[in-house]
Amino acid sequence: MTILTQEQTKHICDRALSFSKADECSVAVTGSRNGNIRFARNQVSTAGLADDTSISVTVAFGKRQGTAVINEFDDKSLEKVVRRAEDLARLAPENPEFMPAVAKQDYKASQTFSAKTAAIDPDFRAQTAAYAIEACKKNKLVAAGFFTDGTSFSSVANSNGVYGHQEQTGLDFTCTVRTEDGRGSGWVKRSATDANRFDAREAADVAIEKALRSVDAKALEPGRYTVILEPAATSELLGYMLFGFDARQTDEGRSFLSKKGGASRLGDKLFDQQVNIWADPWNPDVPVLPWDTDNLIARKRMDLIKDGRVNALNYSQYWARKKGVQPTATPGNIIMAGTDKSTAELIASTKKGVLVTRTWYIRMVDPQSVLLTGLTRDGTFYIENGKIKYPIKNFRFNESPVTMLNNIEEIGKPVVIGGDEVPFQMLIPPMKVRDFNFTSLSDAV
Amino acid sequence: MERRTFLKIGAGTAGAMLVPVFGNAIAAEDMLTAMPVAAKKALADVALNAATKAGASYCDVRIGRYLNQYIITRDLNVENVTNTESAGVGVRVVCNGAYGFAATNDMTPDGIAGAARQAVAIARANAKLQSEPVRLAPVKGVGEVSWATPIAKDWRTVPIKEKAELLIAANKAGMDAGASFMQSMLFQVNQQKYFASTDGSYIDQDLQRLWAPFSATAVDKASGKFRSRNGLSTPVGMGYEYLDARKEDKIKAAGGVATLYTKSYDIIEDARAAGRDAKRKLTAKSVTPGKYDLMLSPEHLYLTIHESVGHPTELDRVLGYEANYAGTSFATLDKWESKKFNYGSPLVNIVADKTTPGSLGNVGYDDEGVKTKRWDIIKDGVLVSYQATRDQAHIIGKEESDGCSYADSWSNVQFQRMPNVSLQAGKKKLTPDEMVKDIKKGIYIVGEGSFSIDQQRYNFQFGGQLFYEIKDGKVGQMLEDVAYQSNTQDFWNACTAICDERDWRMGGSFFDGKGQPPQISIVSHGSSTTRFSGINVINTARKIG
Repeated sequence: MTILTQEQTKHICDRALSFSKADECSVAVTGSRNGNIRFARNQVSTAGLADDTSISVTVAFGKRQGTAVINEFDDKSLEKVVRRAEDLARLAPENPEFMPAVAKQDYKASQTFSAKTAAIDPDFRAQTAAYAIEACKKNKLVAAGFFTDGTSFSSVANSNGVYGHQEQTGLDFTCTVRTEDGRGSGWVKRSATDANRFDAREAADVAIEKALRSVDAKALEPGRYTVILEPAATSELLGYMLFGFDARQTDEGRSFLSKKGGASRLGDKLFDQQVNIWADPWNPDVPVLPWDTDNLIARKRMDLIKDGRVNALNYSQYWARKKGVQPTATPGNIIMAGTDKSTAELIASTKKGVLVTRTWYIRMVDPQSVLLTGLTRDGTFYIENGKIKYPIKNFRFNESPVTMLNNIEEIGKPVVIGGDEVPFQMLIPPMKVRDFNFTSLSDAV
Repeated sequence: MERRTFLKIGAGTAGAMLVPVFGNAIAAEDMLTAMPVAAKKALADVALNAATKAGASYCDVRIGRYLNQYIITRDLNVENVTNTESAGVGVRVVCNGAYGFAATNDMTPDGIAGAARQAVAIARANAKLQSEPVRLAPVKGVGEVSWATPIAKDWRTVPIKEKAELLIAANKAGMDAGASFMQSMLFQVNQQKYFASTDGSYIDQDLQRLWAPFSATAVDKASGKFRSRNGLSTPVGMGYEYLDARKEDKIKAAGGVATLYTKSYDIIEDARAAGRDAKRKLTAKSVTPGKYDLMLSPEHLYLTIHESVGHPTELDRVLGYEANYAGTSFATLDKWESKKFNYGSPLVNIVADKTTPGSLGNVGYDDEGVKTKRWDIIKDGVLVSYQATRDQAHIIGKEESDGCSYADSWSNVQFQRMPNVSLQAGKKKLTPDEMVKDIKKGIYIVGEGSFSIDQQRYNFQFGGQLFYEIKDGKVGQMLEDVAYQSNTQDFWNACTAICDERDWRMGGSFFDGKGQPPQISIVSHGSSTTRFSGINVINTARKIG
């Protein structure tokens, strides 16, 4: 695919907008090139490359809206896609919650592009897989993993004069290493915008070490433990909780942030004093587009939790108008404040506890309290007197991230972790948490 | 970094759901056109010839046109109507003992021949890293054949207005009955799939599916409490006739606590009941944790079957191909080889199939051109087989594939996906009301709730939609805050009674994920109401803030 330049996309956007006869028109020109390599049982299983470029046009007549998409950019095609969107809008039911296109926005560019990532080729991917596979073979271990990289561009414009263009890159690597007898398993995940910050050897070595150390796990009784949760163990828990930071749901009484009598917990101190969580599109570790792709509102820094207090909620355009406040752009990243302490330092200060590499299969049990269940996986260890003593069997937990963030003892240095089932780029520290609720044992390795 | 496209349905923790969206937006009327079969055959031959000429020892080509229509409503408003189309060609080859795959949406002879040559080039590159050559179980070419989902009403011909009005009527019924908020959706799928291979098969299939889920939420602002009750429908491999709400397709749950549905669904009636149930849940008794006999309705049990039997018997998981994502399996080959691994009690008979009419898995041929069939997975409680594709059959001594290969799009490579995996009905005459009579201390669970299981499928925890206390042989009051936690083998060995075939029906999953990059599949699971004795129940109520 050709990654279109700003001049090219500006021309395409202007042409498409000029064809519109509707009350308003918004366009998005996007393109991406994604490469991947997958391996299992110490050999490559699949490798692929996919390109996609398209323009999406949304128009409105009154409160009726229509959207159409096409992947050709000549004038004839652009006019066709605009007419198609207009036809669909005329047929659409009127949406009582329709909100007009946003006024001109000021988008301050974020550093979402890395030339090194954009230059990743099949050899780079093969080398990444090959290092993990060769290192595992040497250690009589079995590797399975997935590396994927992407380069994309996004251009947005509307009939009120909004225009933005930005290029993005990113990569994700996960690797599971298991012993041949299946008694040990380790895992690693690395995400980055810039491939200069990715080291395949370092990553594979982490998974290998965890696999070797996790053999012959002992069973501990389920119960409440002090835990050291690596970032991959808490990222999804936090993501689930942050879905609830929605003003409409809260005001309607169906969020954990709604409280008795119909008020919201906005402003309440719901978490430990040390907890600070915010979104910032310009953070150099987890940069994201400076606009919300759904409504084109410019993203700003948004402090969701400040010194343990619920500080801000997301307002859709509709709900903001109803409540007489400014609408917000949905965050694209989540950043949690930390310290300079490494995970090893958190372990060293722990008398008795459990180290959790990652959590898995997390599901909402009760949205009223954000009670989540899930399991530990691929490296769970018992800590005594500041040292990892031995591997332990995996646990199922039933715990609310609200309770977890109230029971924080110590926080470490944040690291980048891409979302899995939660669509945020995240920068999260390891955390030491007391009384984490493990409710049963699992035999799974 | 796969930038997946999702449609976010609802916001907040109460009913947030992300569903994948494929393809480009098109008008509803454009969905009714189709490419002539002769044109598809001509294009397929271009790919087969190009691949063979480039050195492939085997080639299959899938020409696909995938149509989706999603209608999303909230309370009395239509929030979103999405029509999408995705069309293109995927070519898979074997060359030098390795697979290669390439896909293109350029449906010209040159575009398709190019994809075929690219697939061969990828196979040649992969062959250098391959330690075991691909071994495909034989398939006899079937010539030119066709198959279509048996439907009475094509959803594409039903006006959007009529469908949206049905959803809004359901929302109104739920709100009139006690729900503070309603959300309902209609997912409709048509897959036009043409498969051709160098084995001599040219298979044209037209598949239809539909799902109409909803959620009713009741809020008590005074206490700050909220509760939801989801619809009790199932996704189906049927046409719009599923929403006909025929009287003969309605049955009463044990003790008359709910109306359940078989071959058609009354969404308005169920929404009304859900409004009442959601409100009732606000004041229902919180469960006392402990051991209970569980009586699980098919609307609930399907998901437990899916997670604890369906996934662990996928042969690619057992072998380690999914180790980095979904995980592996406790049901290892040595357990199967022993011929005496007690997966469950002798009452437990689990059958895999892709042939049951109305099910999500039902097709004439799978995505490797294998005619679909039915086979035993667990017989009289013992693990007897797995789910295998052409390249896996030899590993478990099978002469032929089980016909359970699937790709969610023309642009993704096909791989082993779960067929329908179902618990067979009990052989003794038994109705749910008769089953209750033998239970002293139990809980009757209807509908699916929260679900979680470990990566080897030992330890699981499930919630539900509706919970009723069973005391001394009678269905009693509604319970809340219920989840049960067990180990797969212990659980299935605690199966002590299964209702007979009169009570057998299917539930299903519309968005079952597997693979990297992830692919979505669809699958149904049948059962009758089933009893499991002495299962651990936990109370999930918590206080925060």
